Amino acid sequence: MEIRELTCIRCPIGCQLTVTVDGDNVRVEGNNCPRGAEYGAKEVTNPTRTVTSSVRVEGGELPLVSVKTATDIPKDKIFAVMEEIRALTVKAPVHTGDVLIRGVAGTDSDIVATKTVLYTKP
Amino acid sequence: MDRHDLIIIGGGPAGLAAALSARENGIEDILILERDVRLGGILNQCIHNGFGLHTFKEELTGPEYAERYAKRVIEAGIPYKLNTICADISPDREVTYVNAEEGCVTVKAGAVILAMGCRERPRGALGLPGFRQAGVYTAGTAQRLMNIEGYLVGKEVVILGSGDIGLIMARRMTLEGAKVKVVAELMPYSGGLKRNIVQCLDDFNIPLRLSHTVTRVHGKERVEGVTISEVGADRRPIPGTEEFYSCDTLLLSCGLLPENELSKSAGVRLSRVTGGAEVNESLETSVPGVFSCGNVLHVHDLVDYVSEEASRAGKNAAAFIKAGGMRERGRVITLKGEGGVRYTVPQTIDPKNMEDKLTVRFRVGDVYKGKSLAVYYNGVEVRRVRKRVMAPGEMEELVITRASIPEDTDEIIIRVED
Amino acid sequence: MKVNEYDVAVIGAGVTGSAIARYLARYELKTVVLEKEEDVSSGTTKANSGIVHAGFDAAPGSMMAKMNVKGCAMIKELSKTLDFPYRNNGSMVLCFDEAEIPNLKALYERGITNGVKELKLLTGDEARAMEPAISDAVVAALWAPTAGIVCPFSLCIALAENAADNGVEFKFLTEVENIEKTAEGFRISTNNGEITANTVVNAAGVYADKIHNMVSADKLTITPRRGEYVLMDKEVGDLVSATIFQLPGKLGKGVLVTPTAHGNLLVGPNAQDLDDKEDTETTQAGMDDIKKRALLSVPGVPYNKMITSFAGLRAHEARHDFILGEVSDCEGFFDAAGIESPGLTSAPAIGEYMADMIAEKLSAKQKENFNPERKGFIEVAKLPREERARLIKERPEYGRIVCRCENISEGEILDAINRTLGARSLDGVKRRVRQGMGRCQAGFCTPRTMELLARELKIPMTEVRKNRPGSELLKG
Repeated sequence: MEIRELTCIRCPIGCQLTVTVDGDNVRVEGNNCPRGAEYGAKEVTNPTRTVTSSVRVEGGELPLVSVKTATDIPKDKIFAVMEEIRALTVKAPVHTGDVLIRGVAGTDSDIVATKTVLYTKP
Repeated sequence: MDRHDLIIIGGGPAGLAAALSARENGIEDILILERDVRLGGILNQCIHNGFGLHTFKEELTGPEYAERYAKRVIEAGIPYKLNTICADISPDREVTYVNAEEGCVTVKAGAVILAMGCRERPRGALGLPGFRQAGVYTAGTAQRLMNIEGYLVGKEVVILGSGDIGLIMARRMTLEGAKVKVVAELMPYSGGLKRNIVQCLDDFNIPLRLSHTVTRVHGKERVEGVTISEVGADRRPIPGTEEFYSCDTLLLSCGLLPENELSKSAGVRLSRVTGGAEVNESLETSVPGVFSCGNVLHVHDLVDYVSEEASRAGKNAAAFIKAGGMRERGRVITLKGEGGVRYTVPQTIDPKNMEDKLTVRFRVGDVYKGKSLAVYYNGVEVRRVRKRVMAPGEMEELVITRASIPEDTDEIIIRVED
Repeated sequence: MKVNEYDVAVIGAGVTGSAIARYLARYELKTVVLEKEEDVSSGTTKANSGIVHAGFDAAPGSMMAKMNVKGCAMIKELSKTLDFPYRNNGSMVLCFDEAEIPNLKALYERGITNGVKELKLLTGDEARAMEPAISDAVVAALWAPTAGIVCPFSLCIALAENAADNGVEFKFLTEVENIEKTAEGFRISTNNGEITANTVVNAAGVYADKIHNMVSADKLTITPRRGEYVLMDKEVGDLVSATIFQLPGKLGKGVLVTPTAHGNLLVGPNAQDLDDKEDTETTQAGMDDIKKRALLSVPGVPYNKMITSFAGLRAHEARHDFILGEVSDCEGFFDAAGIESPGLTSAPAIGEYMADMIAEKLSAKQKENFNPERKGFIEVAKLPREERARLIKERPEYGRIVCRCENISEGEILDAINRTLGARSLDGVKRRVRQGMGRCQAGFCTPRTMELLARELKIPMTEVRKNRPGSELLKG
């Protein structure tokens, strides 16, 4: 049996949750609404995050293009995702929404550009 | 001298939303002055997600949020000048700007919208003792160097202040391989959003020390460490609580200050509490035809509220221009925060020019749990709203309806009460 | 004596060394200035009150009194020939206690003896009529209209640039490790090679004892005496017009409240004797102390407008007088030591005095083509509209504003880097053209200025420094 203390972030109230995991059985206490229960359960069973970072651009009007994971990825994959992002260099132009890495770090999420970086003006 | 109906100072989220709204309300001749290389302002360096939940009902990163507005401005054909700094605004709305292409130009404006944003409180203003070594950065400067230029300012980091940019940078630097050792916060509560504390600190086991501050910055040439001390209720360091943290970088996230030097040159009266202009229901400053919105008016927690507020400023500026720069003013109702409510925006209401519903925004001065917000018209309580929790880091709002204000009202007060 | 590389080696490029170099440049002499830091104006000169003292404070007959009164007049003139910011704002010494009025009068008498012109004793009300912000507790004051304020680094940079433009060589990051008297003159060992010179001038500030003691048996001790300051925004720079001193008394020497030459408001300094000659660290206790004491003079100092704090070291010698001249047991070695307040005011007078003395020693002739003039940095935002427009048309970089608080353009930053003795670091740029000196303290303009430094100096961004080596700004 595992007990975790969490702060719910689904709204600004920030309820202090106590989540008890006992095999398949997850119990959330301290929440004031169903969203808190859902958050607490997800955080202990399958926590996910969006990762945002930036990627080097060659020949662009800016040296970097900002990127994100198109969907949330498992929390324990954050650093693996970062490693792939850091290894990448792309060529200008890059447009918002362009997929720069497909299925990053073995997840089914893509790395997409969140900024448009055009060629350097001659 | 050239003339434009509306000149907007700043092409960040506030300026862009104001421009779009003014155009939607019939103003053709608009000019946006932006000092940076692209539209979007500080959002371009805020590459994290969490923007736009209210405006677009989806979670965007800063650059995406900025681009949506910038695209609409470009599609609407609203003229803007990049790399252009506004040097002066005169009380009769003559705007002087400087750029490399045109030099120094003065243009006349039918109305002006101030949307210059804010800046960070620097080390000097905090009076941090120590040498003037390299390695002390405001969080936003470090963010720019990292997210726009691609440089890491340090490898072992202590952060003073738990404002949102500091929290975001704690995560960002951790992801880039730096070790963030601790975040110290002078107040007994964080100034940042809860979600950022969880996702930027808790996720990476970065400790947040509340009621702590930096009492010495070590190192002559470069930061070599900091001493952190606990502070008492008077926020003064408690002798004997000093702890040394070795680090090469100190990031400061100790508050944002509306950047109102230009407003002053225009003669705009500023609030001592917000550092921004005092405005009426139309977000018009003490100088007729000069409007203010976004972080230059008061520091917001969410960009969505900046956009919403700026849209109102754009609409009201449009009304002012269409009325030929002369608007009939009725009587003035003073709007005030008291007993825990630090300020209100706007500060005055003219019921004649007020829309049916007016959103009043404000911040509280402490963390309040299970308290109420009470609204008084001329000393008579007219409303009471129970709030589970209110904190200084998060903006509050109340809607006041025109219909609810009796004829003889001259003062509206909002208070925190039991 | 022509076997040596140089006629004169000046050690130290602070305001004293730079002034000596500038006045030496008037002679047919080959002069080098050795500076251990990466720029001029990096020690005592960079952190002081910036006051041009009238000269009533120094003991009559002392070198200090002589150099001060002369320097005060010289700086006013030099501000035109060398084009640096100076304001003749006058100074006022406040007296808070009837019982101490005799001391104020004694100060007045001393000033008259020293040759200070236009001194005047005021009643408390007369003083308040001139300076409405001063305390109601003031019972009398001494008014010295000849006093002024100057930007200390601008003065030092102007002197050094003018010296360099007239042929003086400057070697930076060159720390003197040993000086040996030879038959022909001096052999100076540094971390940057060996130099030989016929004569040596010791203008090493807090290190003047170390340099002096390398050649003389008559040992010198210089105590670094730290002074802390707090600086307020320009918005409140006109709170007082004159420099406001406190009459030294029961509460010690007192702190000053003054506008600066650039229009900020400055409060400080305290005085603390230290062992460490590099200890320019500010302390909470020190800042609290000066802030409190300044309120005695001006009760309304708005500390919420504080933009920075800093500390500097004075080069204090026990006799409390300037030591100017050839060292008795080492011919050809000259001291300009013990230069503490009023050292900044006295610098031009010391420079002229020392240079003439050395020129006489070396029987040097006046240079025919000495150019005494130097143009200051262009301040684009202060130019008349048409001139600014014309300049931007010619050089568009003057239209690209980098520092928003002080309105400094890319062109001005490039000037700071590229002209004679140009800036090599962020602080170097800041001291020349005030980039980053404003209320945001370089929050916005640091990245762009770093890029310009990297580009112009042809170094990678990771090598851009705040000031001396070790102060690199980036870690990757």
